[in-house]
Amino acid sequence: MKLLVVIPAFNEGEVISSVLTRIPKKISGISQISVLVVDDGSVDFTAKTARKAGALVVRHEINRGLGAALATGFRYAKKKKFEALVTLDADGQHDPKNISKLIKPILKKKVDVVIGSRMNQQGYMPISRKIVNWFSNLFTWALFGIWTSDSQSGFRLFNKRAIEVIQLRSERMEVSSEILKEIRRNSLKLQEVSIKSVYTVYSLRKGQQLSNATSVMWRLLLQKFS
Amino acid sequence: MIIQILLSFFLLFAVSRVLLQLRSANLSVGEFLFWSILFLVALTGVLRPELTAYAAEILGIGRGADVVIYVSIALIFYLIFRLSIHLEETRHEISELVRKIALKEIEKERRK
Repeated sequence: MKLLVVIPAFNEGEVISSVLTRIPKKISGISQISVLVVDDGSVDFTAKTARKAGALVVRHEINRGLGAALATGFRYAKKKKFEALVTLDADGQHDPKNISKLIKPILKKKVDVVIGSRMNQQGYMPISRKIVNWFSNLFTWALFGIWTSDSQSGFRLFNKRAIEVIQLRSERMEVSSEILKEIRRNSLKLQEVSIKSVYTVYSLRKGQQLSNATSVMWRLLLQKFS
Repeated sequence: MIIQILLSFFLLFAVSRVLLQLRSANLSVGEFLFWSILFLVALTGVLRPELTAYAAEILGIGRGADVVIYVSIALIFYLIFRLSIHLEETRHEISELVRKIALKEIEKERRK
């Protein structure tokens, strides 16, 4: 099975190298692992550092947002006929070693999408993130009728069928909820797997904040009713 | 009344701008009809305010001016909603273009 690791990145020059070097070179059941960094209009040395670390880099000339970067990753995977796609964050929040945990249900052909859930982890998660996540889960369920314990997790794995049918229109962070909408729309089978996130001062600066919650909700409402 | 004269001139000016935009092909026929009808209805209301009072009576609202305000607010919110949709569609088109350029570049690099 050919696996593409998609890492959307915006000004992650400081940490991208350490994320890339931790991606396993071999995973049981996977014949080929390719790594694609989608540089979303970074103004630092993200692209250069990622190339140096051996990743393929596709670069947006201007910043379009997380959703647009993931859609580019999906487009690449479809074009190059990858059989599985895993997304993970560029800020070091996700441990790439957990890819083997996410891939197991896909290899057993039980499910189409696996989400790494941070909610059951033993360890620290900032209370503000827990609040944002809980409201996001509720909002996603209310709009799109699908409940997960961690709708905003950036650590997700998709099989070939999911890669083919998922269509992303979101530009920014509302993409996490849109992915669940697409899972429901296409009747894809979903499973959650517990993962542990690593929160550092750096990674806490990034990611979803309470302050952008209203704009995310507004764009999801527009998607629902347009 | 002075306000009727001023508003009438402004609304006639607005209709003339709509006609100019149609001639410059900046407006579709549908958009031209929408804005023309809107401004002409507004002009009618300005020149014959008793018509707004008649509308208020039918709708069970106190005054003609209140009808104008309620309808205007509803219309403005609807137009803002439509503009938001257009803005999202434009954002999406820009992203699609950026994506195509980015994927073309990576293919060029791979061929080198």
